Amino acid sequence: MTARALKTAGMVERHAPLAMAGLILFLPLILIDPGTWLVLAIAGLAMGMMIFLMASGLTLVFGLMDVLNFAHGAFVAVGAYLATGLLSPGGPFAGLMGVSLLGDVGAMLLAILVACAAAGVLGLVFERVIVRRVYGAHLRQILITVGGLIVAEQLITVIWGADPIPLPKPETLRGSIFIGDIAVERYRLVACALGLVAYLGMHFALNRTRIGLLVRAGVENREMVEALGYRVRRLFVGVFVAGTALAAAGGVMWALYQEIVTVHIGADVMILVFIVVIIGGLGSVGGCFLGALLVGLTANFMGYLAPTLALGSNILLMVAVLLWRPRGLYPATKN
Amino acid sequence: MLNWIISGDRPRSRILAAVLIIILLGLLLAPFVFPGTRSLAVAARICVLIVLVASYDILLGYTGIVSFAHTMFFGIGAYGVAIALNALGPSWGAVGLGTVAGVAVSIAAAAVIGLLSLRVRAIFFSMITLAVASFFLILASQLSFITGGEDGMSFRVPRMLTPAFKLFEDEIFGQRFNGRLVAYYLVFISSLVLFLFMLRVVNSPFGRVLQAIRENDFRAEALGNRVVLYRTAASCLVAALAALAGVLNALWLRYTGPDATLSFAIMLDILLMVVIGGMGTLYGAVIGVVILSLAQFYLQDLMGAASSALAGIPVLPELIAADRWMLWLGILFVLSVYFFPTGIVGKLRER
Repeated sequence: MTARALKTAGMVERHAPLAMAGLILFLPLILIDPGTWLVLAIAGLAMGMMIFLMASGLTLVFGLMDVLNFAHGAFVAVGAYLATGLLSPGGPFAGLMGVSLLGDVGAMLLAILVACAAAGVLGLVFERVIVRRVYGAHLRQILITVGGLIVAEQLITVIWGADPIPLPKPETLRGSIFIGDIAVERYRLVACALGLVAYLGMHFALNRTRIGLLVRAGVENREMVEALGYRVRRLFVGVFVAGTALAAAGGVMWALYQEIVTVHIGADVMILVFIVVIIGGLGSVGGCFLGALLVGLTANFMGYLAPTLALGSNILLMVAVLLWRPRGLYPATKN
Repeated sequence: MLNWIISGDRPRSRILAAVLIIILLGLLLAPFVFPGTRSLAVAARICVLIVLVASYDILLGYTGIVSFAHTMFFGIGAYGVAIALNALGPSWGAVGLGTVAGVAVSIAAAAVIGLLSLRVRAIFFSMITLAVASFFLILASQLSFITGGEDGMSFRVPRMLTPAFKLFEDEIFGQRFNGRLVAYYLVFISSLVLFLFMLRVVNSPFGRVLQAIRENDFRAEALGNRVVLYRTAASCLVAALAALAGVLNALWLRYTGPDATLSFAIMLDILLMVVIGGMGTLYGAVIGVVILSLAQFYLQDLMGAASSALAGIPVLPELIAADRWMLWLGILFVLSVYFFPTGIVGKLRER
């Protein structure tokens, strides 16, 4: 093969998933009128952004340290339950809320920050107590983190009770904005914006900072980074904590989106998170972002076009991607 | 003779042997020793769970891969029989057809999942089984015209298994030998045969290869074993066994529903039973099932009583309330993965 042909093949290799995303985004236009399509696309993107928040930490932790944390959903649930306390009418941020859009978004951001901090601390403890002893042993890792999930869910029930807790959206985030005669839900736009900011922030941190450089290098070849004298272990703890914090942030937003919080909120959404992580390629943040958007879009378009198929659409998407690329869309280079 | 029956897999511990004999006799004589519908239900549940958990142990303890889809196959077997009996009426033909269909679907599903995910790495398998199992749970509760939806489906079983049927006119040891007892012994004998079959499998050359894969898959491959094929074959085998357990469960309960067969809670129970009893030995599955089932049925009452006795003290009653027993099992589970990964059976054998 000539150098030129190789280069083209590489380009195709790299951009084929993007083309697929474009296809899933625009193909439904044939069947759906543009107004409805826009509504569905924004709904799908919003859902995808929220799932991305929850999935990104999981995939990075896996890529860096080969740890798959099945208890990740517990941190999502912690975020959701903290939101019910913080954003309820009698909560600490009640004074900010219900006056202006700025106040409501501010209250929401504050709640996210508090949830991130709390989940970060819990993540630190979890890493110490549960995960630290089982590095390198996949089987025990899965078992131990599932055990952690059971204990965490039970403790959540002890603290917050077993009944579902309603969580209404702040006043000004309810309802829709009209663009022409198309109604777009406000909260979805906010979710899209926040998710995009989180992705760009993460992109910046990973590609433009020294720590990001080390994290990426660690994902690629951990031994080499250690040989150069860096403590990958400490780096990993940092990424683990950041991952749990992101899960909690996703939990707050997901809870507001669902408007009701149950004990299984984390475990339920974890199914989607796992699908996203698999589709994106374990360890890859870019793949995770694309995978999350694909899952969100597929769920919403299929839900509209063929409600009976919508249930399985994400599983079918996963199967299709795996048949095409067994290691996911953008696998991290380490095998 | 006995050695042949248990495929040369001795308990290797006197206490373990004694406990196993007590369990066997207890289950054999359950209708006579522990009269009452509740204890018979517990005994039948234990028989079914032994098959289900032991088959899961072949995957987890012997092959070293974690699946979260075991309840899915359990459910496929149960729904297979349920749908066949509903469609064709209560006959043994319908039971046979439903069983064959359930087992065939389970094997096909396991083969597809295995070939799709085990090709890459074993950890993929765990995540994909979780996704597929949850998809199946949603499917079963949504397709209500076939599966009865959330409510599940009740159905009539062949007359021989109903309370109205009398095998003998007279009482035996003070028990009427009616159809419920026939059903119980059907469950008991099938479970026993399936368990002995599993003992044979894990002590066969096939079972040895599975253990080799668990210890070091790279080396097993280098020795000339196609690891992917063995893993897939193991997951197909246990899928079929789980489906059979599902059939027994459905025949005993005369009911099948998402919560009774498919829920994630049952999957966690199976995991707890295997790990606490002892991974990598089928006797561990038996011990795990018996201890946890008895705890589930009887300890909960105790915890409820203790909780109300401690009412007034903050937090403490909430922590030991009857519904919180999963919390303590979870903690026990985590501790046992850390400190005695070989479980109760492993501890007994050390002595």
